[in-house]
Amino acid sequence: MRRLWPPVVLLAGAVGLWELVVRATQTPDYLFPAPTSVASSLVDDAGVLGRATLVTVREIVLGYLLAVVVAVGMAVILHFSAALRRALLPILVLSQTVPTVLLAPILAIVLGYGIEPKLIVVAIVCFFPIVVNAVDGLRSADPELVRMMRTLHGTRLAIFRRVELPGALPAIFSGARVAATYAAVGAVFGEWAGSSAGLGFVILQAQPALDTARIFAAVLVLSALALVLYALVTLTERLVVPWQPEARRA
Amino acid sequence: MVHLVVEPKVASGVGVSLEGVVRTFGGKPVLDGVDVIVPAAGRVGIVGRSGAGKSTLLSLVAGLDDPDGGEINVGGAARAKDRLARCALMPQRDCLLPWRTALDNAALALENAGIRRREARRRAAPLFARLGLAGAEQLRPAKLSGGMRQRVAFLRTLLTGKAVLLLDEPFGALDAITRAELQEWLGAVLAAEPKTVLLVTHDVEEALLLCDRVLVLADGRVAAELEVDVRRGGAPRRELVTSQAFLELRERALEAIG
Repeated sequence: MRRLWPPVVLLAGAVGLWELVVRATQTPDYLFPAPTSVASSLVDDAGVLGRATLVTVREIVLGYLLAVVVAVGMAVILHFSAALRRALLPILVLSQTVPTVLLAPILAIVLGYGIEPKLIVVAIVCFFPIVVNAVDGLRSADPELVRMMRTLHGTRLAIFRRVELPGALPAIFSGARVAATYAAVGAVFGEWAGSSAGLGFVILQAQPALDTARIFAAVLVLSALALVLYALVTLTERLVVPWQPEARRA
Repeated sequence: MVHLVVEPKVASGVGVSLEGVVRTFGGKPVLDGVDVIVPAAGRVGIVGRSGAGKSTLLSLVAGLDDPDGGEINVGGAARAKDRLARCALMPQRDCLLPWRTALDNAALALENAGIRRREARRRAAPLFARLGLAGAEQLRPAKLSGGMRQRVAFLRTLLTGKAVLLLDEPFGALDAITRAELQEWLGAVLAAEPKTVLLVTHDVEEALLLCDRVLVLADGRVAAELEVDVRRGGAPRRELVTSQAFLELRERALEAIG
């Protein structure tokens, strides 16, 4: 808890300064709302934001889980097949150069306005860091442990289950934690490409109305969602990887 | 005699034999015609300087590697795959899996043999008390001392149930006091549970304390062969290591190491 203080104090200071500057310069709310305006929007628009949050949370969670499952599955396949790894890994890296912002509208055209294209956008955004870390983690198993398993008459599958996979979990989780911070952005991209609900949709609607305070409020909720997902992943890691020395704590 | 392991394989006549074994790395012979015979239930120690080929020899016997010349036989098996199946190797580093408790680490070989985890634990558990590890069962390796870790690693090797144990510098990473403790401990365990043992170490004293015969490996060949006739049984370690006969053997070994 003590580690939380420095960023909290810094953030509070920044918000205070922001409020001060906006009031001193008498900047209108539609240009740059003061923190108090954002806060009152959070309260006044609680109903709209709440409903939108439920929609976006669903997209984030389902899309994220989809990414984890596919990425870990893919990593295992790549781990077992050197040929596939050589063929697919460069393509995966290449695929990252395609901007998701452009992919989202195409998915919306192909898959319609339902939740599916949003899930896929979230999954695509989150997929890469997980798969790359998982492949690395699986491949960096301690060769002496693998040798030990061979002398204890372990099959290839036993070596995977008992040495490589548990050994790769910390790497998989660090990929998953990075991905957790991307998921909310992915959901917004997905909603911008075509939707009728969600926090991204709220932002789209507030923009022409010059309701900037509401945009800020929606962004605030999105950040909070990303933070909660990150915290959940970190918590899961502590439960699943209890042998990790308490060295790294984000 | 109390058998500690639930399913001991009765040692057949021959334990381990090497005949004219040659292994070269990059054109340089590390082993250059090595002959070793370990009778069933016998214990042979191999000493030598670092880089004398001790670990190479053990890898060959364990079936992790094939010689460039000569023949290796482990319990009647000559092919690498069959050698691997007939012996258990305890590596230099304890190689305990950090995500497993001491008990689950010890039971690893049983699980590898297809025994379900619960049953594997049930079989491994009684050994903890008998081998001075009571209370450590549920601890992860990070919580164990160096000596405890080596005991668990040895237990894991023992629980393979194989008649041939290959020990590669088993106590090399320990401090002198713990090392002496574990040498006595291992001597007692092996007295209760006779195994064919091939022990590789750079510690001449350790080899003399634990083995019936000690070979000195130098320049890729067996430079000396010492029968350890000062019996280990009975006499306390301190008395033994300071006895005239022991010191003479030690002197001869050190001389051969060069």
